[in-house]
Amino acid sequence: MNHTVSLTINGQPASREVEARLLLVHFIREELNLTGTHIGCDTSSCGACTVLLDGQAVKSCTVFAVQATGKQVETVEGMAANGLHPLQEGFWEKHGLQCGYCTPGMLMTAKAFLAENPQPTDDDIRWAISGNLCRCTGYVKIVEAIQHAAAKMREDQTASDSAGKTQNEEKVPS
Amino acid sequence: MIPGKFDYFSPTTLDDALSLLTEHGSAAKILAGGQSLIPAMRFRLATPDILIDINRVEGLDYIRETNGYLAIGALTREASLDKSELIRRKYSLLADTVKMIADPLVRNMATFGGNLAHADPANDHPATMLSYAARVVAQGPNGPRVIEIDDFFTGLFENSMAPNEILKEVQIPSPPPHSGGTYLKIERKVGDYAVAAVAVQLTLAGDTCSDIRIGLTNVAPVPMRAKNAEKALLGLALSDENIRAAGTAAAAECDPSADLRGPVEYKRDLVRTITIRAIREAIKRAKGESEA
Repeated sequence: MNHTVSLTINGQPASREVEARLLLVHFIREELNLTGTHIGCDTSSCGACTVLLDGQAVKSCTVFAVQATGKQVETVEGMAANGLHPLQEGFWEKHGLQCGYCTPGMLMTAKAFLAENPQPTDDDIRWAISGNLCRCTGYVKIVEAIQHAAAKMREDQTASDSAGKTQNEEKVPS
Repeated sequence: MIPGKFDYFSPTTLDDALSLLTEHGSAAKILAGGQSLIPAMRFRLATPDILIDINRVEGLDYIRETNGYLAIGALTREASLDKSELIRRKYSLLADTVKMIADPLVRNMATFGGNLAHADPANDHPATMLSYAARVVAQGPNGPRVIEIDDFFTGLFENSMAPNEILKEVQIPSPPPHSGGTYLKIERKVGDYAVAAVAVQLTLAGDTCSDIRIGLTNVAPVPMRAKNAEKALLGLALSDENIRAAGTAAAAECDPSADLRGPVEYKRDLVRTITIRAIREAIKRAKGESEA
């Protein structure tokens, strides 16, 4: 028996008839043709398939597509909507990848993490990405990349806060 | 690595979930966080005909302290336990345990109830709940039933709930004053099962141990209490000699298997060492000398 899976993927609605046993990662890659989400270990160990489900980082190889009905799914394809995301810029600037296989998962985990903890220590970052395996970098450059992004995002936030403040001040009648 | 075919139901109330379970019996499995069940289905170690997904059932996701105990809804995510200020402050053994379960991504999906109901001796919550003397509330067609945790684990991946019951809530008695607890796990890497782990919860009366329960992870076919180790300290002085005797007793009474994580002799000695360390840390916490 097939089931209708209707969800929002990177802000766009999508709906498909699929078997209940179809995993979310296969739904994303094969039904929606978004192949940025990778399949690594296939056993919820490596984190290459990490996506955001209603903002939470989860391993999409260990969720059925039917479970995502009605939810917001975000993949690496959704990150660069307005030019490179600060995280993508960080991985570029700090050489946070070599083969790049783990990178989409690292980016998605880091995105959810920085939303909760915008000013992390290196230890906080290592703890946050402990479910994402990288076999190339030794993680040092990944941690630097995420710190780079965190700093950039804090700067952007401060800039937009002060812009908002100036605007408000201008509204006050003199 | 594709799971076998199954029929899928996604009820929105506990009553509907129970009706489905009564109708389909042991052909059905409950899908909670799925972080153990889905990998098992991918390996075809589990091939249920029916999956009853309870993730859309309302009112099973809560952490609240009432009438002298902490009540945790079965569908509470491990990540929610990890973020709970109440648990960090008053239930240090549980706070320690949650941090060691799988990895942060798995904890976003994995549920507390699923971890217990799966009754895997390698899972971390069973030893901790044994140590807390917790109670499990199982909901069946005729209402709720309370199961003492000592009667809950009956075999490898087996618990004492009936096929038409769903784990609804777990109740952890609030520790009295001068209590402390900790969970100490040795793992090869983040996300791995324990080589061995120990849960200790104790209460002090002066220099005497007035209450103590010890649970062990992944060193027996069924989640177990180290009762001989408890006896080495219960009602006795917390001397270095008695603490060491508790460690030796735990090593003798556990029943580990040799595997990739090590031979039997190594695991027994590990149990001895971590039991001693965990008891010392629990004592420090009971005296307010150490923070969780």
